[in-house]
Amino acid sequence: MSTIVSPLDEVKTGPWSGGKSPFSVEYGKLMMWFFLVSDAFTFSSFLIYYGAQRFSKLSWPNPDVVFQSIPGLADAGYPLVFVGIMTFILIASSVTMVLAVEAGHRGAKKEVAWWMVATIIGGFMFLGCQALEWTHLHHEGFWWGAVPSAEEIHHLGTNHVGATQFANLFFTITGFHGFHVFSGVIINIIILIMTLSGTFQKRGSYLMVEKVGLYWHFVDLVWVFVFTFFYLV
Amino acid sequence: MSSTAKHTTLELHGHHDDHGHHKETFITKYIFSQDHKMIAKQFLVTGIVMAVIGMVLSILFRIQLGWPEKSFPILEAFLGKWAEGGRIKPEFYLALVTIHGTIMVFFVLTTGLSGTFSNLLIPLQLGARDMASPFLNMLSYWLFFISSLIMVGAFFVESGPASAGWTIYPPLSALPTAISGSGLGMTLWLISMVLFIASSLIGSLNYISTVLNMRTKGMDMWKMPLTIWAFFLTAVLGVLSFPVLVAGVVLLIFDRSFGTSFYLSDIVLQGQVLPNEGGSPILFQHLFWFLGHPEVYIIIMPALGITSEVIATNSRKPIFGYHAMVYSLIGIAILSFIVWGHHMFVTGMNPFLGGVFMITTLIIAVPSAVKTFNYLATLWRGNLRFTPAMLFGIGLVSFFISGGLTGVFLGNAALDIPLHDTYFVVAHFHLVMGSAAIFGMLCGVYHWFPKMFGRMMDDKLGYLHFWVTFIGAYLVFFPMHFMGLDGVPRRYYAFTEFAFMKEWLTVNKFISWAAIIAALGQVAFLYNFFHSMFFGKKAVQNPWGSNTMEWTTPVEHLHGNWPGEIPTVYRWPYDYSKPGHHEDFIPQTVPFSETMSSNLPHDFEGNVEAERIQQEWVKTHQAEKV
Repeated sequence: MSTIVSPLDEVKTGPWSGGKSPFSVEYGKLMMWFFLVSDAFTFSSFLIYYGAQRFSKLSWPNPDVVFQSIPGLADAGYPLVFVGIMTFILIASSVTMVLAVEAGHRGAKKEVAWWMVATIIGGFMFLGCQALEWTHLHHEGFWWGAVPSAEEIHHLGTNHVGATQFANLFFTITGFHGFHVFSGVIINIIILIMTLSGTFQKRGSYLMVEKVGLYWHFVDLVWVFVFTFFYLV
Repeated sequence: MSSTAKHTTLELHGHHDDHGHHKETFITKYIFSQDHKMIAKQFLVTGIVMAVIGMVLSILFRIQLGWPEKSFPILEAFLGKWAEGGRIKPEFYLALVTIHGTIMVFFVLTTGLSGTFSNLLIPLQLGARDMASPFLNMLSYWLFFISSLIMVGAFFVESGPASAGWTIYPPLSALPTAISGSGLGMTLWLISMVLFIASSLIGSLNYISTVLNMRTKGMDMWKMPLTIWAFFLTAVLGVLSFPVLVAGVVLLIFDRSFGTSFYLSDIVLQGQVLPNEGGSPILFQHLFWFLGHPEVYIIIMPALGITSEVIATNSRKPIFGYHAMVYSLIGIAILSFIVWGHHMFVTGMNPFLGGVFMITTLIIAVPSAVKTFNYLATLWRGNLRFTPAMLFGIGLVSFFISGGLTGVFLGNAALDIPLHDTYFVVAHFHLVMGSAAIFGMLCGVYHWFPKMFGRMMDDKLGYLHFWVTFIGAYLVFFPMHFMGLDGVPRRYYAFTEFAFMKEWLTVNKFISWAAIIAALGQVAFLYNFFHSMFFGKKAVQNPWGSNTMEWTTPVEHLHGNWPGEIPTVYRWPYDYSKPGHHEDFIPQTVPFSETMSSNLPHDFEGNVEAERIQQEWVKTHQAEKV
């Protein structure tokens, strides 16, 4: 047989014909996407549970009344202002993450590092705000398995059961989300260190920044849903 | 952007090629190995150990069921306070059934099965040097190992292991003081499962990205062996269903330790009214079974994939209906997400909703039947070779049919009401997913043992093992159908104490003897397995005359699987007994230009030029013959 491949043995070269990635993505990015799908199922389960609980209760605390303080500034009268600030911070940190990824495409190490720093600060600020929010609610009497006085509950427009389930779900679900944000911040710090030490420069690609970015945007997106369910509706 | 991604992939390939030259120490080779073949063996051995533990637990509770009045002093010697006076305590009985179920479902048939064969076969049958991420692969094994230790370690806790059943329904599992097993044992169960889920998730992500990204040249999706299709879809199911259990488990942990009432309401415990209100234990069941039902397909699909491969190879025939097999796997995978309610017909579910779940459940019978008939059609007039692997494969088909038929009964909401939580259910799932899946796993072990260890297992011991296990399993589980029809409830410590169930005592004795004999039969397997590992007959490269790519690798393992370039794939994996060819198999890596006498027009998938050359060849050769 000659070394020229016979037309009989021609192998197709389409995206799915093997020998390459059908989506032209590196495996780690693929894994991140699938992980996010998986994580989305966890959060969906929580939020569906939340929906099932809320619709089965006669009344539910009115978010406009529960969330109307701005820690350090005002104790009442500003419904949803503080959470609006929190949400803005998180979304802004997503923007800085996009800028870090973009700088990575250009291979601009210094810019990647600065935008990562900005993202990390945003993450910490969000977590700090969340801590303030939790502390405030805790002072009012809410906690896992704990609710304020009957009078106070009545003021919130609900009854004991509604308030209990609200408290349980609020701390569990925002806590689970906060834990995701916290992990994200830690991962961002690791990426920042790797950027500064020149790991990606040596590798010739800032793909890792992009993968972590996917996670960060996902956490952001989840917050939009959590925010909607707990604060808006 | 996409060019960077491709570049990185190529870079990684290059990296793996170099790996073979590294010096390996005992620790990097056998313990913290990142080689998929070694990790597969680690999963297998851990799985076998867990299976033996799970089996011993079942024998212990079979002793209680068969001889509820009798005292066995030896039990006290081994179990201490759990078997005071030589009789198993009720609390311990509940722990035994719980941990037996948990170990068998998750540790043996999920990870022992998928972990072993996905790891071994995905890179080898697809033509990849290793998994997409060898490091995460290693991490997946070690998380599994730790979670196994915790699960078994629960036996050494003073209050005993979890005892609320493998489904850990609250409120029993949510109230640490409800039974002794709901204390620390339950906490350990939950910790173990969280680690297990992490391991399973990492593993599944790895399998999916390897299948999608790392197929060798020519290996398009429709040239993948059915094993790979099964492992791929199993991994997808795992990625989508386990996270829902995470949510369920997290809420349960909060109920247990943080005073919440997600699953608790209106409970009086030991004469005390609990303050919890507003929760619903039914919601846990929804979250659990949203995982739980796909889980049974996570268990059975890899077994079905393995069997497809072994039955085709040993019938020396192409698998009947390859595309139908793939589509039925896909069908099963999709349907498995919309049937979970059939586990909950008696929870007070709206009858209309019950009807919906009933219909979706019964639809699953269609792809399942397609698979069964395709196995039978593959066997039909095949040139059968009864290797031990083949026997176990046929055994799987048998169990899948006999257990599947009762699934049609149980899927009916009206019939499920009297049959729910009886031994009929126990008989059903032990046949259709227990025995069938373990037979698929054993089938895979016998078939790929030469690939894993470079040696052959002993056939005679294999036959002995098969017949004892096959007959034993039927003798154990078949009578349970009748007990269930008579209304005998599952999980009862001593149901023969009730007058109307007394007559089942003799049957219980019979089942227990059958179980003990079948368990002893496993010694033949264990001896065969560990003995052949070191002293078995040396294996040749392709002992079964198989078409798939793993048999083109050298017998001696090397990191990177193939010396030199990875072969290209030209044909589908089932060219067995192709008319016109001098041998009864043509491996996937043999190009068509070398098999002119057997090529068919459709082999070229629309390549007109190739078809023309082939036709001309046929014409000249016919002329020669004349």
